[in-house]
Amino acid sequence: MIRRVLAVAIKELLQLKRDWRTAIALLGMPLVLLMIYGYALSFDVTDIRLGVVDLSRTSASRRVVEAFLESGFFVRAATLDEVRPTDALFASEAIQAALVIPADFASEAAALRPTSLLFILDGADSQTASTILSYARQIVAATTPEVLGIEFRSPLEAAPLVWYNPDLKSSIFLVPGLLAFILMVSSVIATALAVVREKERGTMESLRATPIRAIELLLGKTLPYLLVGSVSAAGALFLAWALFEMPVRGSIFWLAVVTLLFLAGGLGWGIFISTLAESQQVAFQLGLLSSMLPTLLLSGFIFPISSMPRALQIISSIVPARYFIAALRSIVLKGVGPDMWWQQAAALAIFGALVLLAATVRMVRSL
Amino acid sequence: MSGATAEGRHPAREIVVSASELTRTFGDFVAVDHVSFEVARGEIFGFLGSNGAGKTTTIRMLCGLLRPTSGKGTVDGFDIATESAAIKTRIGYMSQKFSLYTDLTVDENLRFWAGTYRVWGREFERRRDWALAVTGLETRRQALVADLPGGFRQRLALSCALLHEPPVVFLDEPTGGVDPEARRDFWDLIDDLSEGGVTIFVTTHSMDEAERCHRVALMHAGKLLALDTIPRLKAVFPEGSVLELECADAARAVEELENLSEVVDAALFGDRLRAVVESPEAAATIERSLVAAGFGPVTVNPVAPSLEDVFIRFIHEAEEAESS
Repeated sequence: MIRRVLAVAIKELLQLKRDWRTAIALLGMPLVLLMIYGYALSFDVTDIRLGVVDLSRTSASRRVVEAFLESGFFVRAATLDEVRPTDALFASEAIQAALVIPADFASEAAALRPTSLLFILDGADSQTASTILSYARQIVAATTPEVLGIEFRSPLEAAPLVWYNPDLKSSIFLVPGLLAFILMVSSVIATALAVVREKERGTMESLRATPIRAIELLLGKTLPYLLVGSVSAAGALFLAWALFEMPVRGSIFWLAVVTLLFLAGGLGWGIFISTLAESQQVAFQLGLLSSMLPTLLLSGFIFPISSMPRALQIISSIVPARYFIAALRSIVLKGVGPDMWWQQAAALAIFGALVLLAATVRMVRSL
Repeated sequence: MSGATAEGRHPAREIVVSASELTRTFGDFVAVDHVSFEVARGEIFGFLGSNGAGKTTTIRMLCGLLRPTSGKGTVDGFDIATESAAIKTRIGYMSQKFSLYTDLTVDENLRFWAGTYRVWGREFERRRDWALAVTGLETRRQALVADLPGGFRQRLALSCALLHEPPVVFLDEPTGGVDPEARRDFWDLIDDLSEGGVTIFVTTHSMDEAERCHRVALMHAGKLLALDTIPRLKAVFPEGSVLELECADAARAVEELENLSEVVDAALFGDRLRAVVESPEAAATIERSLVAAGFGPVTVNPVAPSLEDVFIRFIHEAEEAESS
């Protein structure tokens, strides 16, 4: 058993060594993807183009405008005398938000009568709009006492204390998901071609005539890529820590264990696809789609699973990245031990075992 | 239908491969149709037929790669339908498609294929040295297979299938795309193996190669048409019934020839004509007819029938039997 697995594994490594382009792609792709997506993907919104319509023209109104600009989130993109022209500026995307201060703002405020600032938003990108709105609310709330010239405390206050990611930086939240996404795609692609390549070259027919068993062939084909995947995963984790300030608060050992389990599942899924597909092209496309879409959409990477419709939540329970991301966030961000994430690790192990079993069954039939 | 040559060499005729009413269908298509034969130890058994005749399907059933639809078969005493795992350890198989890894070296290929048969250590070194010797690749062990000429690849593929010293070897059109010299070297190797007691089951559509087999099975449209030694197969033609003719304007003369009632079959080979006739007496009649038709001067010589003549004859007979 071990001899045959070894024979296949050595052969795969030798072939990978000869095919150095693929080897470099497998090792380097995760790192390059992490850099590209890591810098591009962020929910943090800055440099918001603000149109200012100050109809009040008082020191109080100027104080409000300054508060927006000093926050660091907004830049003044236009200064207008009336509200109507903002339409055109929104349409041309010259501004993303407009702050309108009514003419009676200062007098009403001075009299401590309720008054409003009008805040107009481009809602076409709802995600960005809601982020901008929350910034605006915070700024207005913080500026109110100063503008009114009074100190006041509301009797009830929710004093925030944010753990694990005190600055609420989206990168800290996104990078674990990004790692899962990249490792899933690259591991599935790595093995998706492994079996179908032999079919295309005709060597499969000869292999089938040897006494080699399905499980020996599959393990022999998976293990070398587990090695390659581990190296590139280690590189990607390092980059995430070095470039994107992903803290590693938990144990490196458990991080390695969970990552290996996840990689094994991805490689197993890839090899299962390889036993289904009849050509390398089909295998590649199937591998790409089946790894990318669920990991992107159904893993909690970007869209929280808890806010999905029930049906999607159920489907998401067979997406291994879901468990990996949860475990990764626990280990890396929270630094908690296995007692907190053993269920996720178990789910990953079960997924890996199931796909390898499915691939073996498929293989036995065609072997 | 017994193998005189093989029997002569191996007095105790031991059956290593057998098929009995072996049949395989794919949907409505009958690829192999109730085929029966026996192959003795050390025999070179040729399976001759055109593409699609069912040769590869038969070989794949015998190797345990394809389940028969009906019928039985054994290889080295094991049932092909139920004991394919045992069979796989006892056979070498060289498929029609090229079975080496071209991106690996000679050594690496040998090591890998040996590994799949659990041949390692001292045993592997011994077999590797044997393989390198018979392939003539001793000095090119580190060469990539992609850089080897076709003839070397073919012999390397064969020796990879023999590393575990199987008693039976199945070769499916082993010499496709190989130059004649390399083909001869390949067949010399097969002769050596046969003398060493290895049973060789080989499919081919080359008549030259079939001539080198001890016994030949003629396969057509899934059916076994004939099975015997080459001399016996050729004996279906009585002495003097295959003629070679030289005459003027042979290309037109072949049509004239086909219209003669004495002629069963006529064909053009370069500037010569070949005709199969009912009886030796027809030679004189043919000569007269061709001269009369203006194709003179005409010379007619009786020749030995080729295996192709035999093959075509059996196909014609089978097709006539079918249509009547």
